[in-house]
Amino acid sequence: MTSATQPGEVLNDVALWLRMYTNMVAVRLFETQVNELYTRALMPGLAHLYIGEEAVAVGVCEALERSDYITSTHRGHGHCLAKGASPDRMFAELLGKEAGYCKGKGGSMHIADPATGNLGANAIVCGSAGIATGAAFSAKHLGTGRVSVCFFGEGALGQGILYEVMNLAELFKLPVIYVCENNLYTEYTHYSETTAGDILSRATAFGLLAATVDGQDVRAVYEAAHILIERARSGVGPGFLLCNTYRYHGHHVGDINREYYRSKKEEQRWKNERDPIANFAKWLMDQKVADKTKLDAIEAEFADEMRKAVEFAVAAPYPVHREVGEDVYA
Amino acid sequence: MPETNAAGQRELTFAQAIREALAEEMRRDKTVCIMGEDVAEAGTPFKVLSGLLEEFGKERVLDTPISEAGFTGLAVGAAMTGMRPVVDIMFGDFITLTMDQMVNQAAKIHYMSGGAWKVPMVMRTTLGATRRSAAQHSQSLHAWFCHVPGLKVVLPSTPYDAKGLLKAAIRDENPVVFFEDKMMYKLKGAVPEGDYTVPLGAADVKRVGEDITLVATSSMVQVALGAATLLEEIGISAEVVDPRTLWPLDEKTLIESAKKTSRAIVLDEGYERYGVTAELASVIATGAFYDLDAPVKRMGAMHVPIPFSPPLEDATVPTEQTVFEAARTLCGR
Repeated sequence: MTSATQPGEVLNDVALWLRMYTNMVAVRLFETQVNELYTRALMPGLAHLYIGEEAVAVGVCEALERSDYITSTHRGHGHCLAKGASPDRMFAELLGKEAGYCKGKGGSMHIADPATGNLGANAIVCGSAGIATGAAFSAKHLGTGRVSVCFFGEGALGQGILYEVMNLAELFKLPVIYVCENNLYTEYTHYSETTAGDILSRATAFGLLAATVDGQDVRAVYEAAHILIERARSGVGPGFLLCNTYRYHGHHVGDINREYYRSKKEEQRWKNERDPIANFAKWLMDQKVADKTKLDAIEAEFADEMRKAVEFAVAAPYPVHREVGEDVYA
Repeated sequence: MPETNAAGQRELTFAQAIREALAEEMRRDKTVCIMGEDVAEAGTPFKVLSGLLEEFGKERVLDTPISEAGFTGLAVGAAMTGMRPVVDIMFGDFITLTMDQMVNQAAKIHYMSGGAWKVPMVMRTTLGATRRSAAQHSQSLHAWFCHVPGLKVVLPSTPYDAKGLLKAAIRDENPVVFFEDKMMYKLKGAVPEGDYTVPLGAADVKRVGEDITLVATSSMVQVALGAATLLEEIGISAEVVDPRTLWPLDEKTLIESAKKTSRAIVLDEGYERYGVTAELASVIATGAFYDLDAPVKRMGAMHVPIPFSPPLEDATVPTEQTVFEAARTLCGR
């Protein structure tokens, strides 16, 4: 892979490191609050937590401009936050309130926000692959210089449309990056039971530039994403980034008894040894970029912000009844 | 060269009217582009788009792989971000391959996002049997889209309507599915030069009558007009009403006509069972209840896969003769 970036520029940017650390902490604290809301029965519907995978969303979105596009998934809170969504309106949406990003009409799985280039989270697995590719088509056609990123889990590798649009993206040389988050489990089934052959080859077969990274290492994710994104932006063509990661919680919050598809020991091993935030904190301290006091202060600040955001959302009003028939047609 | 009719009006075929609408919109708005299978050099197998590549180039008239879901999804994303794509789905039977993109994505994005995003795209596709193309190239599946909130569904029946409705569809801020009867591409009719639109949601009375209303869509409009001529010979005056768009639906015009004539037959080439005719009949039965002298009659395609053998295929769809017989019976003659 040829790098569009000077290594030193990426690897020695202290402000960037701290921003990525902060954003990962913010995502985890947000999701911790979601879990809390759900278990306190304050949140209707489903919640698919992103805890454990924070380095992927944060590393990729850090390499994007605010005006660049993303599409997200049912496990999308991390992507939306990393792209710049504010926690209070996120929580409001999760609770079905008028102040939410979608006036409460979308909920947890459909956060969308034009101001941050978020084309929407999507509850159909691989449902947004076409949309992300189309946003890249617009960017090229209109000459905006924007790039589009399609986040999806490894479960989406089973959907045919992914291969249709990767083919189209390469044919049309579109500035789109397909980011596959392999968290090992397609709902309740290990991905090895659903995925034949080699994942990366599926992208390289179409001519996409593809790379694999440790999805628990935010610096590695950022660096690989940065290279693919800037290559796409320059018009060379689309890319594919496979991020190996792990979700700490169940497929959704209600998925408590998971021993039939994965062991507690396995979960504990990932949490103890592969945690993207703890490992990055240790690295930051080793590099003398920040001490424990500073990192603790970041966490305390965001814990407070998340609590306030939840309070805002809980107190916010529901949409008025007539809203049910609004926004069906533009 | 365009022909002129007896009244001195310019005449175009249905296909030429579609092409003119696209060309005019592409000249007017640089964000309008066309994509689909064999739309560029080939101009589609029906030759509807011939000449557009030469004028607008391959950046705006894009041949795609045979990936209906993929390029439809691409159009959804492009529409959200500043383009006005027109996708071409060669045979209406192939819409089945696009259903997630149209039903779960295009139709819902505006609502799910609380109005934040919109999807101004058009899907052009075809309907209609009797082309001897068998079960996978002959269906009229427009009812599928009518069932989904967030989509608009347009069924032109004349060259004039085709041009005006397509221009309105392209300018609409919503996903619009535009069904063309592939048997009608050579149908000629008066089409004005230059810009005009036909609004979505306005029915048109194609023939004024007094004794019975024939509500007909797309391919069935010509059938209804033919039946009306036969009915006239036995002294029955039939009114033919074309809704032109199934959603939005001009309920008022349908109901007013049925109130006036007191009898109605609803004709549509989609499957009769659970089909468009059921919805339109319900609208009329409810809205004109106290003025009806007979139950509303429905006529659509038989509930069978479209067969290949010509005499079998012809038996699956309403004809002038079957509509004539049904109308005569309904009028007690």
